[in-house]
Amino acid sequence: MEVGQMQRTWVEYTKSLFMEGFLDGQFTQLQLLQDESNPDFVVEVVSLFFEDSERLLNDLTRALDQQSVDFKRVDAHVHQLKGSSSSIGAQRVKNACIAFRSFCEQQNSEACLKCLQQVKQEYYLVKNKLETLIRLEQQIVAAGGSVPMEELSF
Amino acid sequence: MNLTKEKKSMSTASSSVGWKAGDVVPDQFPAGLRVLVVDDEPTWLMVLEKMLRNCLYEVTKCNRAETALSLLRENKNGYDIVISDVHMPEMDGFELLEHIGLEMDVPVIMMSADGEKNVVMKGVIRGACDYLIKPVGMEALKNIWQHVVRKKRNVWKHLEQSGSVEEGDRQQKQSEDVDHSSSANAGNRRNSKKRKDEEEDAEERDDTSTLKKPRVVWSVELHQQFVAAVNQLGIDKAVPKKILELMNVPGLTRENVASHLQKYRLYLRRSSGVSQHQNNLNSGFITPQEATYGPLSSLNGLDLQTLAATGQLPAQSLATLQAAGIGRSVVKSRIPMPIVDQRNLFSFEFPKLRIGDGQQQQLSTGKPMNLLHGIPTTLEPKQLANLHHSAQSLGSMNMQVNAHGSQGGQNNSSLMQISQSQSRGQTLNEATGNHVPTLLPSSMAQPILSNPVVGGVLARNGLTENGRGTEYNLVSQSSSMLNFPLNSAAELSNNSFPLGTSPGISSLTSKGVPQEEVSSEIKGSVGFMPSYDIFSDLNQHKSHDWELHNVGMTFNASQQNNSLQSNLDIGPSVLSHQGFSSSRRTGQNSNISAVGKPMFTAGDASERVNAQDVGHFNTFFADNSVRVKSEIVSDANCQINIFPEQFGQEDLMSTLLKQQQQGHIASAENEFDFDGYPLDNMPV
Repeated sequence: MEVGQMQRTWVEYTKSLFMEGFLDGQFTQLQLLQDESNPDFVVEVVSLFFEDSERLLNDLTRALDQQSVDFKRVDAHVHQLKGSSSSIGAQRVKNACIAFRSFCEQQNSEACLKCLQQVKQEYYLVKNKLETLIRLEQQIVAAGGSVPMEELSF
Repeated sequence: MNLTKEKKSMSTASSSVGWKAGDVVPDQFPAGLRVLVVDDEPTWLMVLEKMLRNCLYEVTKCNRAETALSLLRENKNGYDIVISDVHMPEMDGFELLEHIGLEMDVPVIMMSADGEKNVVMKGVIRGACDYLIKPVGMEALKNIWQHVVRKKRNVWKHLEQSGSVEEGDRQQKQSEDVDHSSSANAGNRRNSKKRKDEEEDAEERDDTSTLKKPRVVWSVELHQQFVAAVNQLGIDKAVPKKILELMNVPGLTRENVASHLQKYRLYLRRSSGVSQHQNNLNSGFITPQEATYGPLSSLNGLDLQTLAATGQLPAQSLATLQAAGIGRSVVKSRIPMPIVDQRNLFSFEFPKLRIGDGQQQQLSTGKPMNLLHGIPTTLEPKQLANLHHSAQSLGSMNMQVNAHGSQGGQNNSSLMQISQSQSRGQTLNEATGNHVPTLLPSSMAQPILSNPVVGGVLARNGLTENGRGTEYNLVSQSSSMLNFPLNSAAELSNNSFPLGTSPGISSLTSKGVPQEEVSSEIKGSVGFMPSYDIFSDLNQHKSHDWELHNVGMTFNASQQNNSLQSNLDIGPSVLSHQGFSSSRRTGQNSNISAVGKPMFTAGDASERVNAQDVGHFNTFFADNSVRVKSEIVSDANCQINIFPEQFGQEDLMSTLLKQQQQGHIASAENEFDFDGYPLDNMPV
């Protein structure tokens, strides 16, 4: 695929992610923060998000699997996951966390388990999307082009 | 990525140092601003670091508050500003804020995805200079340098103004100037000007709510010396004078130590977990529930003694007040003082009011402390002076107030009882438990004047945290000790302490005191007095309250919202809120801007500030502002403004209660908008 085409694909794909609510303005902020002094900034942050989230999801699974669930702990994890996802603009994950927290407050295990499933689902979805996006970016750069961030003003 | 110190290639790193001297700001400023960012979330930490670096700041990041604190301790002047997340495991942002306020004088910005008013309020009260909601934008970060400049300028102003000592006569100490001596080691930029000799702040801010006095910078070493001295003396017996002697630091004034001690006490209290306060507070002031007098008592003791010395306040009243005040306020926050500071800040316009409300978790005095440090120290002398005045007035007021409820003189005893009970009930940290009997009144008086902040703060802390009833009292006392500019006191009073929560009376006292102090220009904010009486009247409350007001405080009448609400025994909670709003309204309470302080010491809190009482109060508030005019009080300029402006009693009460629970009580800020509350009787 030639660079121009790749760039167009990138733009379209990014736009769709925003439209579908996977990503929000914060992600744009991240992209804008990236510059020559730190050309892999977005990739670094996103990778960190993946690591962090997977750890938290594991902790959550374990915590909810206990005989007697420690909701405070669960809530603390969800709070962290919410923060993390909001830092990169993973909107749907963040929203799922918000719902999750309210069930934690109610100390409703069943609902919490459902929420956990929901959060995991959203997480894997956005992870997939972001990986695709990053791959596209890397291809563009490899082909000698640059990622058309400026086209993201929509 | 816990700690990474990123050195910017630019040499601006030195620029931050360079602009310490005087107000010269290097050309590249704010580039090179040394920022310490603390957040337990790795992704946010990375994003923030990048954003800050894009602003050309020199960024150091850490993911734990403890790490941040040790970094700061190692290099006190190594950072220009700290940005910290609120929710972190183990030590959270507010605690860090308090510590920083106690030990270093660095501006702190709080940050969180949680933008809930209560939480933001906590930050403000504890002295955060700003609160950012996540996601944080570049624009917000680009502007953080303003806080650094502002702080410095305030310092300088103090120094410059120190020359004019209007109230200097009142101050017993001469320039506290704290900064100079202690900051020396810190190489405080502020000190570079060292004008200090004079003044401490001559600025007498008596009525200016902003205290701009040179602040003593409590460096780690200095703080260590302080702690060593306190431990040597025993926390209960640690009085500023002795501590000062033991520390033997040239240039450090007793006021500096006193205010710092207050903060420290609040801090201790907070860290020791004062949950008892709540219980106590609720029980009403009369019952010593909060015996937090301990810490305060020592503090108050000092002040009270001073006050007592002035002969103005009857020993009994002092004791009562103290007991009430100390117990309450102390209980809550570790160090009443810090709280006060914060509170005061709040009300007054302190740039950083960091009212350390003791919200249980921490006496966020962190920030306020700084302010307090600077201010109280200098103010103290003045405040003390004021306090004396106020004490006197208060004394009379108390008497009067008490009289209303119980009957003249008896109030004291009742107060005393209250305080006693409080002290007993609460194991004041200080263990003094025994309310400083006799001193109370004086302390109360003091707070009003100078400590408004303290009182308020303490009160606030106490209230918010515990239940406040007693705590507030203590707070107020502390405030008095601090001589916070009335402004602060006002705030304190507003802490609306426990009106709702605490047994009514107890809360009142605390409230009354702090608040009054602040708002009234008078330093002596007599305002508190009323609150105390309330306690005595507790039972009588409602009706008494007003009477009290009449006494010295023109509670109702003055719409003036000026200062805080003084003691209207009106349901504490109610009052407190109202007080603030009203005070605000008056616009100027000039001094005190006790703003927000929910002063309402409305009446008798006799413990119940309940709505019913509120009803009473409303009537009082008819004018909303209960002003304790100096004339009445005799010197006490404190105007106790009970701003009940139109608070629906129930609303107020519930608000207060809620606030107390949330510990916000300190929200002296105008956040309380009581306008919406319809007060039955209060013709607003």
